[in-house]
Amino acid sequence: MKKLALALAASAATLFSFAVSAEAADKTKVCFIYVGSKTDGGWTQAHELGRQQLEKELGDKIEAPFLESVPEGPDAERAIERMARSGCALIFTTSFGFMDPTIKVAEKFPDVKFEHATGFKTAANVGTYNSRFYEGRYIIGQIAAKMSKTGTAGYIASFPIPEVVMGINAFEQGAKSVNKDFKMKVIWVNTWFDAGKEADAAKALIDQGVDILTQHTDTTGPMQVAQERGIKAFGQASDMISAGPTAQLTAIEDTWGAYYIKRVNALLAGTWKAEQSWDGLKDGILTMAPYTNMPDDVKAMAEDTQRKIESGELHPFTGPINKQDGSVWLKEGEVSEDATLLGMNFYIEGVDDKLPQ
Amino acid sequence: MTMTIAILLTVITAATPLVIAAIGELVTERSGVINLGVEGMMIVGAVCAFAAAQMSGSPYVGALAGVVAGAGYSLLFGFLTLTLVANQVATGLALTILGLGISAMIGENFVGAPGIKMQPIAIPGLSQIPFLGPLLFRQDLFFYLSMALIIGVNWFLFKSRSGLKLRAIGDNHASAHALGIHVLRTRYLAVLFGGACCGLAGAQLSLVYTPQWVENMSAGRGWIALALVVFASWRPWRLLAGGYLFGAVTIGQMHAQALGLGIPSQLLSAMPYVATIVVLIAISHNRRTTLINTPASLGKPFVPER
Repeated sequence: MKKLALALAASAATLFSFAVSAEAADKTKVCFIYVGSKTDGGWTQAHELGRQQLEKELGDKIEAPFLESVPEGPDAERAIERMARSGCALIFTTSFGFMDPTIKVAEKFPDVKFEHATGFKTAANVGTYNSRFYEGRYIIGQIAAKMSKTGTAGYIASFPIPEVVMGINAFEQGAKSVNKDFKMKVIWVNTWFDAGKEADAAKALIDQGVDILTQHTDTTGPMQVAQERGIKAFGQASDMISAGPTAQLTAIEDTWGAYYIKRVNALLAGTWKAEQSWDGLKDGILTMAPYTNMPDDVKAMAEDTQRKIESGELHPFTGPINKQDGSVWLKEGEVSEDATLLGMNFYIEGVDDKLPQ
Repeated sequence: MTMTIAILLTVITAATPLVIAAIGELVTERSGVINLGVEGMMIVGAVCAFAAAQMSGSPYVGALAGVVAGAGYSLLFGFLTLTLVANQVATGLALTILGLGISAMIGENFVGAPGIKMQPIAIPGLSQIPFLGPLLFRQDLFFYLSMALIIGVNWFLFKSRSGLKLRAIGDNHASAHALGIHVLRTRYLAVLFGGACCGLAGAQLSLVYTPQWVENMSAGRGWIALALVVFASWRPWRLLAGGYLFGAVTIGQMHAQALGLGIPSQLLSAMPYVATIVVLIAISHNRRTTLINTPASLGKPFVPER
């Protein structure tokens, strides 16, 4: 049902955006494909803001059409292929589920360049890019441990994929670095985007004594509940301060603009190569919304940690770290490899939840 | 005690939109029309309610706008299926798809706008009763309306003459027509009532449940409401019980997870649907009760002979 709706919306959007972008053929075309609506207030909106920044910066040399609400699956392949056919020189496909379609289309169009967000498959003309979200999650874990009076935080999680598990572990690492006994309750809502369900989860967590909330889902539902119930929370993907003026402590913001500008500049200069890019706080692909609603000493700690992560002095996953079952994962001083993080399917010691399999 | 109240309050908030949307659809189906556009009418109601509340500054204006939008949108369904005799199932599905698209379009400028929450109204005296007071008498308008709708519809269907006529049409429109009952007019009104209820349920989502507008925020609740009607075998009180059961399971699974009971969350999420299937098997097992409660003309087109 929903898929059908999205498919119709996608084909309508296809017709529309191509009608709009048919002119000005002498500029280089850099195209974007979104999985959601450009005003979703979270993931897709962050990419859209990046695209707008790109247009502002390089608008005299390029044009940047986009397709929104493209469902993952066969429709995605068709949409990407149409973009490739329409003369796009570089196409950003901005959802994990676009991975295989991107690879398939890339085989047919060896002269077109592709960049796929959050995936792991590459080709001569397909690069990947991702953001080290876990760096931000370490910082908010520290803040949570400092700010919580009940010593328990609530974590609203979407799906048990490595990205999300990595976030939970990073949060736990941060919290543990401040308070060894800090507890965390996790609720899996099995959706990225259901304001009602996310809010239900938030209420259940608060009713069970949680006084700080963090989420790995995309709506402002939980933030709104936090505001209403007078507790603190962290924003996700976009700054959510308008939903929680006195609740939001900070937010992990995705700021793709700098990356898009860097890559398009490389394209224009003829130096573009397919790469596997995984940038973090220091590259500006990830930023922290202003630290608010907290005492100065907590703010100072957060800023200090952020500085240390940016300078490379601190890696959130530095040993000694045990897995949840008590077995050793990282020895003293050992730093996790990226590959382990990208495929993370285990909890670290201290996480009080059973990982859904 | 306070925790029990807090949990029950969230159950009520979760159940109310289901009950309101389902009771509207129940009346529609009792008249022999099946409208699968519940999800679409809800989402259109939600976006219009949010927009009207933003522009007027009053959540009550918003709720009214939701009702009007839902009813207006259902009129389209009525025209297509009753006047033009289009297939009801296909038209209803189209209504849902269209509704999701239209609402996204209308709502584009309202994404991220801080919502206006409808505040509870405490009923003097009654709201002071321990335990029951805060649960039942310190609620928002939507809760009171949902209860009034259940009582009202139950009375209307089984105690009033018009209700008897409506059920007669739903059971056998040809006979009802022969008796001189206005089949199409009654069905139009039943469809409009269903649409208005769905619009109201949508307004609850964007004004109380999560006072904000996000695309596709009904997130399948319209389909649950549709299932509820069958679950309740077209009886209002059973529908109320079913709605609260669904609400309790929704909230209960969150608490089970937060307590770390170790029951798979996917299994818990599926519970309401499992319950529906079990009830369906139970009611279809007994042929007599099935025949009594299911509107016999459900989904069948009616073309008056001229």
